[in-house]
Amino acid sequence: MPHEQGDGKLIRKHILVALVEDRPGVLNRIASTLRRRNFNIESIAVGHIEIPNLSRMTIVVEADDNKVEQVRKQLDRLIEVIRISDITNDNPVAREMAMIKVKATPSTRGEIIQVVDIFRANIVDVSADSLIIVVTGDEEKVDTLIELLRGFGIREMSRTGTIALPRGGAGPLTIEENKPLRHVVEHVAPEEENLPNW
Amino acid sequence: MIKTGAEILCECLVKEGVEVIFGFPGGVLLPLYDTLPKYPQLRHILVRHEQGAAHAADGYARVTGKVGVCLATSGPGATNLVTGIATAHLDSVPMLAITGQVPTFFIGKDAFQEVDITGITVPITKYNHLVLDTAELATAVREALYIAQAGRPGPVLLDIPRDILQGRTEFIFPDKVDLPGYKPRLYGHPAQIKKAAELINSAERPVIIAGRGVNISKAFSELKELAEKSQIPVVTTFLGIGCFPESHVLSYGWLGMHGMGYANKAVYNSDLVIAIGMRFDDRATGVVSSFAPNARIIHIDIDPAEIGKNLTVDVPIVGDIKNILQVMNKQIVKRDHIAWLTQLDELRSIHPALEVRDHEGLLPQYVIKQIHEVTGGDAIIVTDVGQHQMWAGQYFFYDKPNSLVSSGGLGTMGFGLPASMGAKVGAPDETVWCICGDGGFQMTVQELATMAQEDLDINIAIFNNGWLGMVRQWQELIYEKRYFGTKLYNPDFVKIAEAYGIKGRRVTRKIDVRPAIEESMAHRGPFVIEFLVEPEENVYPFVPPGKTLVEFLEMPRPTVNLKK
Repeated sequence: MPHEQGDGKLIRKHILVALVEDRPGVLNRIASTLRRRNFNIESIAVGHIEIPNLSRMTIVVEADDNKVEQVRKQLDRLIEVIRISDITNDNPVAREMAMIKVKATPSTRGEIIQVVDIFRANIVDVSADSLIIVVTGDEEKVDTLIELLRGFGIREMSRTGTIALPRGGAGPLTIEENKPLRHVVEHVAPEEENLPNW
Repeated sequence: MIKTGAEILCECLVKEGVEVIFGFPGGVLLPLYDTLPKYPQLRHILVRHEQGAAHAADGYARVTGKVGVCLATSGPGATNLVTGIATAHLDSVPMLAITGQVPTFFIGKDAFQEVDITGITVPITKYNHLVLDTAELATAVREALYIAQAGRPGPVLLDIPRDILQGRTEFIFPDKVDLPGYKPRLYGHPAQIKKAAELINSAERPVIIAGRGVNISKAFSELKELAEKSQIPVVTTFLGIGCFPESHVLSYGWLGMHGMGYANKAVYNSDLVIAIGMRFDDRATGVVSSFAPNARIIHIDIDPAEIGKNLTVDVPIVGDIKNILQVMNKQIVKRDHIAWLTQLDELRSIHPALEVRDHEGLLPQYVIKQIHEVTGGDAIIVTDVGQHQMWAGQYFFYDKPNSLVSSGGLGTMGFGLPASMGAKVGAPDETVWCICGDGGFQMTVQELATMAQEDLDINIAIFNNGWLGMVRQWQELIYEKRYFGTKLYNPDFVKIAEAYGIKGRRVTRKIDVRPAIEESMAHRGPFVIEFLVEPEENVYPFVPPGKTLVEFLEMPRPTVNLKK
């Protein structure tokens, strides 16, 4: 939850999304930059996108706005980072997935299935003494389900971390056809380009 | 045409205009060292320690503005470059570090002399890359050299395994570099430039702080035009020294912990700071929360990540300084700022920090002044790090860009001697003075052998005070003279020089200073002068840590001068 730090700065979760080149070492560089600025990464998710040789990263960190903007610029400076944007204020659709293996006896199984149904989660594996449940949703939903299942005994679990897309038409990372990947192309006078305001 | 990886590397370096490589061979580099003789256009200078190669490439790059190239073998060779790479990183120096790597089939198996140098150098390079295919080598070299000097320059490391150097492939020199993730912004935003110009036109007490970015962007005439048109005083950072002639009537020295008192006061009392190509380093700003408390701040820098990093600015402009100032100068109106400049001139007369006091013993400040007089200021001064570095900044006057070469950001002791080799190789027609302390000199003393072998005409002044002087000064002023770990037992520096086949002189008296300087300058080849200077001399002004820029200590001056 957002909270104030001692110096009055508002600490909250930020969702950074980045387009990066799909090459070895990129994740290391990004993690190293965040570590240097003393960020604790809440989650990081990486996967291929519709354009070959590019990946999209979703990084969730908790810090004040200025600090996040500073590290965003430092991440943008990395050669392999093509674009990076903080979409926290764009009301993004943010989801994560969790797999939870929960203890289940004949007497508790029915109750667990009820809880799973309420959360519109799925049971993907059933064995004599346990169930594997898959849930998709925002962080709060996943947290709540985990809390409810805790009473039955969680044996193992795994979460993907958040992935997010901004709502509506073109987002900050949308790559339009025949447009350069980057806002700024060298040697093009600034009037011709839509630059951020500085 | 089919070529080996080693040949492709050399071909690319030649095509990119590289002339000098500072290197040290090793097992995995043998294929390259077998190839280098076929490319006499690439002058190879054999250093005595890889750290020397990195600093020499750094000195070369600072003087020429071109990319400095250093070369080291895998494992210990590569790790020895690390200090030099970090030095270049903090001062935005274009450098290409090439390291050999164990063959690809050995990587990750703790092979002999294997180290993960791309992993080690992630935080201290602008970019690094492990080449895993001979066919991508040409592209990798091109990209590396482009990245090193484009936008905000910095060091780039290429790690090349032995089998990649030995592999054969068709050599195609890529005709362009395509890096979708790296397009530095070269032009400032017109609206921001307009806002800045309006602030400048309406300011009553403006001051320009010019940093090394002006040197990198070669925006000397544009800076001069801005200052002269609007009669704005110019203060530089330590690394910005020389980007604006210090003999100019609008030059007010450099600011910071050991900067001139009047420069610090000019910034503190200003109502507008125009920061150009500088990054508000803590040594330059003092306590950052009370840096220029009444001023609006315009910050011009090519690196967006510098904007707002250390302090909040009112008008940021991201882009190349030269382009930005060209546009901005057209919108600047003529002003005279007579009251403000008069006020600053008064400050300058109250804080004449740069007079050498009357003293019987040999003062380091006196020696620097003498070097300035004998050279007429027409020299490249390369310093090490410590007290002598500050005195070299204070008591020598720099009118030419890039005439002071010094490790500012990292403060690397041992930088001076190897960097002066690079400076001399890069500017063979210039007089080069290397100014060292007795501490830092011994950190890279082995490079005297390189100088002797290459017969580099470098004047080396060792300021021997028998202490690690800057640390001793802090122990004196902040730790109540509890000296510990700072007294040096020194060798005979003249004999050291002679052992390397280099001429040396020791100077203990004021009267011998000038003749020794003149002898060194007349001598062809390296020449070492050991000055036995006043042991407990302090650098003033001094802004103690945790203080604002104007709370500087000045040299204690006797209230009554008995000599007069």
